Amino acid sequence: MGVVARRRAADVASKILMGIATAVGVFFLLWIIWTTLRFGISGMHWDLFTKDTPPPGTDEFGLRNAFVGSLILLAVSLSIGVPIGLMAGTWLAEYGFRGRTANAVRFINDIMLSAPSIEIGLFAYAIMVGPMGHFSAAAGGVALAILMIPIIVRTTDEMLGLIGSDMREAAIALGAPVWVVVTKVTWKAARAGILTGILIALARVTGETAPLLFTALNDQFFSTGLLRPIANIPVVIYQFALSPYANWQQMAWAAAFITVLFVLVLSLVARSVLGKVQVPK
Amino acid sequence: MTPDLPPRFPTVNVAVSVKSRDAAENDSPAQPPVKIAARNLNFYYGNFHAIKDVSLDVTQNRVTAFIGPSGCGKSTVLRIFNRIYDLYPGHRAEGQVILDGEDILTLKNIGRLRAKVGMVFQRPTPFPMSIHENVAFGIRLYERLRRSEMDDRVQRALTKAGLWDEVKDKLNQSGLGLSGGQQQRLCIARALAVNPEVLLLDEPASSLDPISTAKIEELLFELKETCTVVIVTHNMQQAARASDFTAFLLEGKLIEYQPTPKLFTTPSDPRTEAYITGRFG
Repeated sequence: MGVVARRRAADVASKILMGIATAVGVFFLLWIIWTTLRFGISGMHWDLFTKDTPPPGTDEFGLRNAFVGSLILLAVSLSIGVPIGLMAGTWLAEYGFRGRTANAVRFINDIMLSAPSIEIGLFAYAIMVGPMGHFSAAAGGVALAILMIPIIVRTTDEMLGLIGSDMREAAIALGAPVWVVVTKVTWKAARAGILTGILIALARVTGETAPLLFTALNDQFFSTGLLRPIANIPVVIYQFALSPYANWQQMAWAAAFITVLFVLVLSLVARSVLGKVQVPK
Repeated sequence: MTPDLPPRFPTVNVAVSVKSRDAAENDSPAQPPVKIAARNLNFYYGNFHAIKDVSLDVTQNRVTAFIGPSGCGKSTVLRIFNRIYDLYPGHRAEGQVILDGEDILTLKNIGRLRAKVGMVFQRPTPFPMSIHENVAFGIRLYERLRRSEMDDRVQRALTKAGLWDEVKDKLNQSGLGLSGGQQQRLCIARALAVNPEVLLLDEPASSLDPISTAKIEELLFELKETCTVVIVTHNMQQAARASDFTAFLLEGKLIEYQPTPKLFTTPSDPRTEAYITGRFG
C-alpha cells in the first residue's frame, strides 16, 4: 500500500471512529431527554407551579415550595460562589501568573473540581448543620457554592489567560495600576467567557441532590427562611420517585423534565454568550 | 569602557553628561538636548543576560531607531525605558537610565514615569470599549475633566494620530471594529492623549499593510515636534526613512550608534555593514 493510500485509509478510519463516538454520546443524550419528556409530560400540570407538595394519599399536584426553595438555594450559592470564584480566578490570572503559589492553587482547585459532591455535602453538614443543630437552607447554599467555586475559578483564570499580555501591557504602559487594568480592561475583555463559566457552574449544581440531603433536607411546606430546612427540586425528585404514590411519581418525572429543560436553556444561553466572545488577539 | 561608541557620545559619568546637555542647550539651539541617557545598562530575564553594558543618549525631539536581528535586545531596551518589565518577576535591569535628571530604574512613582513615557506595541491593542473611551482611558487616570473638555482632548489626540477624519462619526463604536492600521493609530492616539514627552514604538508597523505603514511613518515626522520618539523596527528601510539616529544591536550589545544617514552609508563596524547589506539577520 502506498503512502497516499495508507493516509487516506487512516483518514477514513478515524472519521468513522469519531462519528461512532459522537453518535453514542448524542444517542444517550436524546434518550434521556426523551424519557424525561415521555414520563414527565403526563405530570405537567398548572398546579405544579401554584400549589405546594401535597400530602401522601391525595391525587393533587404541586411543587411550588420546591421550585421556590431551589431558586433560593441557587441564589444563595451564586451570591457566595461568584464573588469568591471570580476573585480567586482573577488573582490567579492577573497576580499569580505561573508562579509557584498560583500553580499550587490551580492544582488544589482541580482536585476540588472533581471532588464527589456527597463529600462536599458531608463537609457542609460538619461545619454548619452540626454546630447549628438542625438542617438549613443556608447550609445547602454553602454546599452548592463550594461546588461552584472551582468551576468559576477555573473558567475565570482561563478566560483572563486568553487575553493577550499585549492588552494588559498597553494599559499598564499608560500608567494604570493593576487593579484598574483588571476592572476596566481585562474583565471587560473576558466578560462573555467569565459569564459562561458562571452559567456552567449554575447548571452543574442545579441537579445536585447528595449535598442537599445532608444540608437543606426538605420541607413539605412553603418556606423562604434560610435558617430552617427548605423544599427543593432534587430532593423532592429523590423522595417522590421512590414513593408508592402514582401522583408523586408523576411529579418526580415532571420535576426532572423541568430541571433538564432549565439546564438545557442555561447551556444554550451560555453557548450563545460564548459565541460572542471576541478574543482580542 | 565602551569603545564601540562613536565620539559624539561621551562615555563619562552621568553628571558630566547632564551638564554637557545643558551646555549644548545654551551654545547651539540647533542641536537638541539629550532626553534619555542610558549608562552601562544591563538586563536579565532570570539568568539570561539580554542587554550587555549598553550606553547611549536619545536626543530630544528626534526619532531614534533600534535595529538588529531577532533576539538582539532592541525591544528589551524599549521595555526598560518605561519599566514595563516590572510586571514580571525575575526581570531586572542594572545600570542607569537618566530621564530629565532622574534615574528611572530607581524611581518610585512609576505611574508618573509611564505618563511621561508612552508606549505603542507591535500588535494593535485597542481595549474592549468605544473609540472615544479608548482614548479617554489614559486621560481619566490622571485628570478629571468635564465632558466637553474630554471630548476636546479626545479629538485632539485622534487628530494628532491622523485618525480623526476616519472615526469622527463613529466615536461610540467599539475600537475592535476598526481595521488593523486604524487600530494601531487608535493606540497611538491613546498614548498621545496623556501628552507624553517620550513615545516608545515597538515595531508599530510590523503587522500592518504598506499603506498603513506609510501613514504611521508620516506620523513620526509630526510626532517629533512634540515628542522624543524611540522606535524598534525589523525593517531597515523604515529605520532609514523615518529616523534621525539609528542604533544597531547584536546579541545584547550596542554595536554602532550613528546619525541615520551615516550608519546606512558609511557604517564604521563591519558587523553593521554585514547586517544592513543583508548578509545576516
